[in-house]
Amino acid sequence: MLAKRIIPCLDIKNGMTVKGIKFVGIKEVGDPVELGALYAQQGADELVFLDITATHEGRKTFVDLVKRIAQHINIPFTVGGGISEIKDAEALLNAGADKISINSSAVKNPQLINDMALNFGSQFVVVAIDAKHFDGDEWIVTVNGGRIPTEKRLFPWAKEAEERGAGEILFTSMDHDGVKQGFANEALARMSEDLSIPIIASGGAGSMEHFKDVFTLGKADAGLAASIFHYKEIAIPDLKRYLMAEGINVRL
Amino acid sequence: MKIAIIKYNAGNIRSVSFALDRLGVEHNITAHPEEIKNADKVIFPGVGEASSTMRYLKDNKLDQLIVNLKQPVLGICLGMQLMCSHSEEGDVPCLGIFDEPVKKFVLPYPNTKNIKVPHMGWNTITAVNSQLFDASLEGEYVYFVHSYYVARGRHTAATTPYILPFSSALHKDNFYATQFHPEKSGDAGSRIVENFIKL
Repeated sequence: MLAKRIIPCLDIKNGMTVKGIKFVGIKEVGDPVELGALYAQQGADELVFLDITATHEGRKTFVDLVKRIAQHINIPFTVGGGISEIKDAEALLNAGADKISINSSAVKNPQLINDMALNFGSQFVVVAIDAKHFDGDEWIVTVNGGRIPTEKRLFPWAKEAEERGAGEILFTSMDHDGVKQGFANEALARMSEDLSIPIIASGGAGSMEHFKDVFTLGKADAGLAASIFHYKEIAIPDLKRYLMAEGINVRL
Repeated sequence: MKIAIIKYNAGNIRSVSFALDRLGVEHNITAHPEEIKNADKVIFPGVGEASSTMRYLKDNKLDQLIVNLKQPVLGICLGMQLMCSHSEEGDVPCLGIFDEPVKKFVLPYPNTKNIKVPHMGWNTITAVNSQLFDASLEGEYVYFVHSYYVARGRHTAATTPYILPFSSALHKDNFYATQFHPEKSGDAGSRIVENFIKL
């Protein structure tokens, strides 16, 4: 049976994992390859690396980093952050990335999704959506890390992304992100039923039970989290054993 | 030991090369007919669309070259599908090494909820029966990304359940193929690549 996926997410700045990660044996400003390899060894199903570098120099470092990740890590990984043109994606594909994630650039230019899918195949294109709950079924799609609201609404935008050729949707609820009170399960379940491509849930993980809920109530295909893994609040092997005991199919 | 990875217009070739690097296996990525013919083993990787890729293989005369190889050949993902008789993706005749056709996943009932296409992620391989697999790989999880599949048939070398049980690996004579990506399938995938290298 297809397993539900657990995906740690690493923020990268100038080629290094951003401060605040406290793993034994890994420096506070850690090497993303080392940390990614550790997660892979612990049973992570995929990895996401988000480049939060703003400079051109840092960008080149990121492409070099992607190559090192591909050389050393034997599970699939997605890279995102600042991808707005075909040539950005091509550089990352050639460096060995399995998938790219596009967010603000797709909102500004939805045709980018079609172009990416046509050039590289849908399996390569993850459309990330950051949205904020407004009222009832209304979720406002935001850009620039949740800072700027747009005219787009979550459900129609997710559907449009699928129709334009997205291979997966990575949905982050800005209301749940960082609060550690669980994922946006109602919205996730609705999206999962509306769409026929996999949904990655992000934002809100605080306990192992939250992952159980996101797979059962939220009907998500994958659960993504950052700080709870980085701060060792939850260890991936423990989480997977717990989910298995709760009757959720995971890869052990 | 010389391994040739067939170079053509498909993605993912570099991942296969990195996987061989990790195992310390010498290899080259090539479209040169003599280099491919003279290699000890050949890997035919692939991510992409079937009909355009078949056209590319024909235009570059790689189609007849692949069919006539005598050394062990490993097709991966699209590579496996192109080794079959026909693909529904672009309705195209393929290399015909395996006589099974490639079909698109169709949901059994129109209102089936929560079965996603593409089949993406980690799933199990069972009833493994070729030299690619040792007993330790029975029931292991490997990584899949695909929307088209090969039904079970006489060349099935591993079975995976998704919508229906399908062929996750094929084997006939010197030709081996996996629908999944061994180069992305963690330690289990590395063992499969090693088993191929040891053939």
